[in-house]
Amino acid sequence: MAVTGPIETSLLFGRLTWAAIPTDPIILATFAVVALGGGALFALLTYYRLWGYLWTEWFTSVDHKKIGIMYMILGLVMFVRGFADAIMMRLQQVLAFGGSEGYLNSHHYDQVFTAHGVIMIFFVAMPFVTGLMNYIVPLQIGARDVSFPFLNNFSFWMTVGGAVIIMASLFLGEFAQTGWLAFPPLSGIGESPYVGVDYYIWGLQVAGVGTTLSGINLLVTIIKMRAPGMTMMRMPVFTWTALCTNVLIVASFPVLTVTLALLTLDRYVGTNFFTADLGGNAMMYVNLIWIWGHPEVYILILPIFGVFSEIAATFSGKRLFGYTSMVYATVCITILSYVVWLHHFFTMGSGASVNSFFGITTMVISIPTGAKLFNWIFTIYQGRVRYDLPMMWLMAFMLTFVVGGMTGVLLAVPPADFVLHNSLFLIAHFHNVIIGGVVFGTFAAINFWWPKAFGYRLDVFWGKVSFWFWVVGFWFAFMPLYVLGLMGVTRRVRVFDDPDLQIWFAIAALGAVMIAVGIAAMFVQFGVSIWRRKALADVTGDPWDGRTLEWATSSPPPAYNFAFTPVVHGIDAFAEMKEAGVPRPTSGFLPIHMPRNTGAGVVIAGLATICGMALVWYVWWLAAASFLALIGAAIAHTFNYNRDYHIPADQVAAVEDARTRRLEA
Amino acid sequence: MPFKLRWFGLLALSLALMGCKSEVLDPAGPIATEQRDLLISSTLLMLVIILPVMVLIGWFGWQFRAGNKGAVYRPNWDHSTKLELVIWAAPLFIIISLGALTWVGTHLTDPYRPLAQDGRGQSLEGVEPLTVQVVALDWKWLFILPEEGVASVNELSVPVGRPVRFELTSDSVMNAFYIPAMAGMIYAMPGMQTELNGLFDHEGTFQGLASHYSGAGFSKMRFKVHAVDDAGFDAWVNAARDDETLDRAAYLQLAQKSEGDAPRQFGAVEQGLFARAVNLCVEEGKMCQAEMMALDMKGGTGVATPLALLDDRPFVTGACSIDELTAATLPRLTALPVMTPLRGHGLTAPGTPRDVAGLPLPPSDL
Repeated sequence: MAVTGPIETSLLFGRLTWAAIPTDPIILATFAVVALGGGALFALLTYYRLWGYLWTEWFTSVDHKKIGIMYMILGLVMFVRGFADAIMMRLQQVLAFGGSEGYLNSHHYDQVFTAHGVIMIFFVAMPFVTGLMNYIVPLQIGARDVSFPFLNNFSFWMTVGGAVIIMASLFLGEFAQTGWLAFPPLSGIGESPYVGVDYYIWGLQVAGVGTTLSGINLLVTIIKMRAPGMTMMRMPVFTWTALCTNVLIVASFPVLTVTLALLTLDRYVGTNFFTADLGGNAMMYVNLIWIWGHPEVYILILPIFGVFSEIAATFSGKRLFGYTSMVYATVCITILSYVVWLHHFFTMGSGASVNSFFGITTMVISIPTGAKLFNWIFTIYQGRVRYDLPMMWLMAFMLTFVVGGMTGVLLAVPPADFVLHNSLFLIAHFHNVIIGGVVFGTFAAINFWWPKAFGYRLDVFWGKVSFWFWVVGFWFAFMPLYVLGLMGVTRRVRVFDDPDLQIWFAIAALGAVMIAVGIAAMFVQFGVSIWRRKALADVTGDPWDGRTLEWATSSPPPAYNFAFTPVVHGIDAFAEMKEAGVPRPTSGFLPIHMPRNTGAGVVIAGLATICGMALVWYVWWLAAASFLALIGAAIAHTFNYNRDYHIPADQVAAVEDARTRRLEA
Repeated sequence: MPFKLRWFGLLALSLALMGCKSEVLDPAGPIATEQRDLLISSTLLMLVIILPVMVLIGWFGWQFRAGNKGAVYRPNWDHSTKLELVIWAAPLFIIISLGALTWVGTHLTDPYRPLAQDGRGQSLEGVEPLTVQVVALDWKWLFILPEEGVASVNELSVPVGRPVRFELTSDSVMNAFYIPAMAGMIYAMPGMQTELNGLFDHEGTFQGLASHYSGAGFSKMRFKVHAVDDAGFDAWVNAARDDETLDRAAYLQLAQKSEGDAPRQFGAVEQGLFARAVNLCVEEGKMCQAEMMALDMKGGTGVATPLALLDDRPFVTGACSIDELTAATLPRLTALPVMTPLRGHGLTAPGTPRDVAGLPLPPSDL
């Protein structure tokens, strides 16, 4: 049950008491499943003595490729959690009619929709795009790693730390019941006195450090580490979108950090930034959070635009149409994304001129976005389109995304928004662009770059099963929400009166089940592909007739990516190399300077996570101790001078010779 | 609006045939109708470009499939200035048109704008709007009709054809007030006052709801609005006369958290109650927001220091606790000067008569 009364605190355990352990049977069952699954995994890893391998080869790795893969794994794991929340909501909404309360009480249901939003945005979509950028960008620009390899490892573990804090709320205490942006005064200490909002704050703050640092890292990497000859206007489009995304991250995440810090002060110290009374102004919070929140939308979608640009050109066997206009469109979107935030709350009552201004700036974004879409279409035009899985996802994306874009522009018309804001129409719209864009794009990217990462393709049959269930399931799950929105049904509602609505929720639930099959098929696809990896193997390193530099090296790439730094002469660097018949270098290898793995990232992020948990539970001594230890560990890390090593020339030669033999075989 | 698209009644009808009552597409008031029309015309305008795009995607995708060896293949074709012009210009023209629609439509349907005419085009000049003061409580809606001197919870009757001016605030957290068939939604926020103008064209019972999540009991924060004729409205008001009075104590009692409250009425309302609700000072002895702001404007209640001499405007150099403030002899609410009220865009101009909290006085108080 919700804790509302005064909360006892003790010096040793803060607010943590036995009452913090939930008694809800659904949560207990979940805990049992997680404990059994986690226990089994732990036992297997121990039995096969894999802990040492994981620690030295993965957890402490500063290799951008391994970190990229770990981000994707984190995203997939959290995706399962976020989707479980979605299924629970669909089930509740289809049941709670005609006086029925459904099977979730408000305390539970409100946590579920809050967690769904927070997890899907911060711990699914963000790890997906960060993982993709981490893996692909250095390879595309011909670099050996990112600019700050240790920082990259640390950023990843901070993101994991945030995810751990959010997940802990499931079994210890509660999560926020505020909606995913935690608007005060509802998220203030008066209305939400227990740990839910604190879990939200510290989970996002810990992960936010990781995101900001990783943004700086990739920004510097793209600016400073491009291969010779790769001018800005020769960068692959994915790298361009990654650049713009990281500019957005660096410029917008500090806003989130500060906003949450002010909310933290309100909750912990009794300030009145966002309270209703004593001079506080909650509208300020809404403005601030959306000044971060709108660029965040483009942080998610821009890299996906990049993914689809690469896929369109590669699978059409053609140069990308309108590279220059693609780049300028990306930059336009980056800039415009900062002047539209108010469209998230036209109905707050800012007045007609302000609302019109922000409505029109929002519509203006659809111009560069439309230009991008046309460029993909004209890339296909007069091409030779191969319908492999990534290309199928591109077609599904284009057809789905235009509908989402259209409803988005509709919501940008303030008078229309006055009847559609906070309705299920809005929910349908942003799922239409986030699933149709970010999720479809991520699956396209996984199918596209998996052979690069692991040296074998993904199974096509299960990939198609997953594709069709996903795409059809998506339309079944979200088109009814558009209809419900037009019927005046708003979001976050737990129980309904009007029996006419039920059929639409039933169709939406059916769609969700189809998506569940799509997700299951995707995991089967991964499993089958790993099982049949010999049969699916690709020794060329270039299974799709790729156009950019990542396809020039072996699959999976060696730790050093490229034995010799490539020299770039055009936009489609690798395609031009192939055309010109540039031979692969087979001799004259030199020792390669590489960063050394370190456990400092795991340690510091672990301490930050402990500190976050201690702050959630008011265990002040532990918070202070872990914070001091964190600072100490960071300082100690600066005295670690054993940071790099050289891969000897003969070892490089051995690796490259092995590849030469594979290519000749 | 020139965008009367009658056949969109057809769409509403087809939805109705499918068994749903779409109050957004089948509105009962001029504002909601204009909002609906703009929704429809924007959709059509965008379909002008969306449909050809979808056709192109399908056509090119099929025509240029790898299996179709007869199709033209130009692997190095990557630029066409003419095409680029079309690509950028076509959406631009659509957005220019839509932007114009938006600018005009947004101003016409501005919730703060008093209605000029009803749904049949009859001028409303000289028709005094019905004022309804709305307070979002946890988790029910309180409606105060200051001119009639009655109040109700989770139920409202308004006369058909007479404009209604809602003045809204919230008691605890942010909320949004939404009658889909009437005039869209507007936020109701604690310590703030917003406004929404609307009108019902024909009789009926319509749904009203909270459309901004506000905590555990939010889902049941629904009410029915009855659009009735004048006689029906008078009957509804008179039915309340015998009920108890909504004074400050009753308000505080009502403001306690509760879910799914049955509709009820109050026969009388204490003077200035809504102004106190806006100013978060219904509780006895609590300082009103307007007072607090007035004090802050004069430099606050802190301790003056010699630094204050450098400037003719004193400023706060120390903070006081609520207890200290209460103990101090400060001018109480009885005779506050007229001060800048909390106002949103488009509220009455300064200079209109105001009550103690600085808000425009309803005609009944004058």
